[in-house]
Amino acid sequence: MSLIRYQTPELMAWPSLDRWSSLRDDLNSLFELPFWSTIARQGQLFSGWSPALDLYQNNDNVVAVIELPGMRREDIEISLHARTLTISGERKSRSSNGEKAERTERYIGKFRRSITLPTRVDANKVSASYRDGILTVTLPKAEEAKPKQIQVNVD
Amino acid sequence: MSTLVRENRDIDRVQSEQFIAPSASVVEAADGYTLEVEMSGVNKERLEISVENNELTIVGRRSLPAVEGTLIHRESRPENYRRTFELDPSIDANKISAKIDQGVVTLTLPTAEHVKPRKITVS
Repeated sequence: MSLIRYQTPELMAWPSLDRWSSLRDDLNSLFELPFWSTIARQGQLFSGWSPALDLYQNNDNVVAVIELPGMRREDIEISLHARTLTISGERKSRSSNGEKAERTERYIGKFRRSITLPTRVDANKVSASYRDGILTVTLPKAEEAKPKQIQVNVD
Repeated sequence: MSTLVRENRDIDRVQSEQFIAPSASVVEAADGYTLEVEMSGVNKERLEISVENNELTIVGRRSLPAVEGTLIHRESRPENYRRTFELDPSIDANKISAKIDQGVVTLTLPTAEHVKPRKITVS
């Protein structure tokens, strides 16, 4: 008697949902890659590119540091609506005449990333710099949001 | 043709320092390959590229912008980048060139002259 092994059915390739086909690869890579990198890539699976964002605050400013490798300055858009900071933009693909991508992990296309800031900021004084693929946005806190030192005279 | 620039993952496992694998793209052109590797926070001085035993290793050490204040939300990872690719014998290792621009390393891996199709004239 011969024993036929159960064969896992292959996921169908569905052009309009092609991100799903990478789901299996992502699940496979779960066992190969460090745990956190898989978590970080989950955002990419469903919503395109979700760049990593760090937020700092000090007495005067809220500072957002976003990893955006390979962008052009003019393709980055920063907007502020009340306490929500939104970074959006588009990464354009290089011209590819007669070239074929053998393996692509880099995300090409539009992205959008929002975060709620811990305090109100002065929208007119926001500044940003882009260096080595890292965008740093400095948002000065609104006057009323700054911590105030109150002098109390003790007799 | 099968995969010609292949990633070699086993190498990463024996390293004691923790690295993360950066995202990469391989593009094939008529005269070679172009490899793009995303390494945000890495500049020219902190990038090391080496070829040894037909393996291309790219190590990028980050220099993140120094921000005054307390970190209140973090998504970035502190580790440096490292990734190894196995080179196809058709690639001329002496002619590999690299540049880095806004955190993306672009490597040009030309095919060796003897591999390119050549027209032989019959006398």
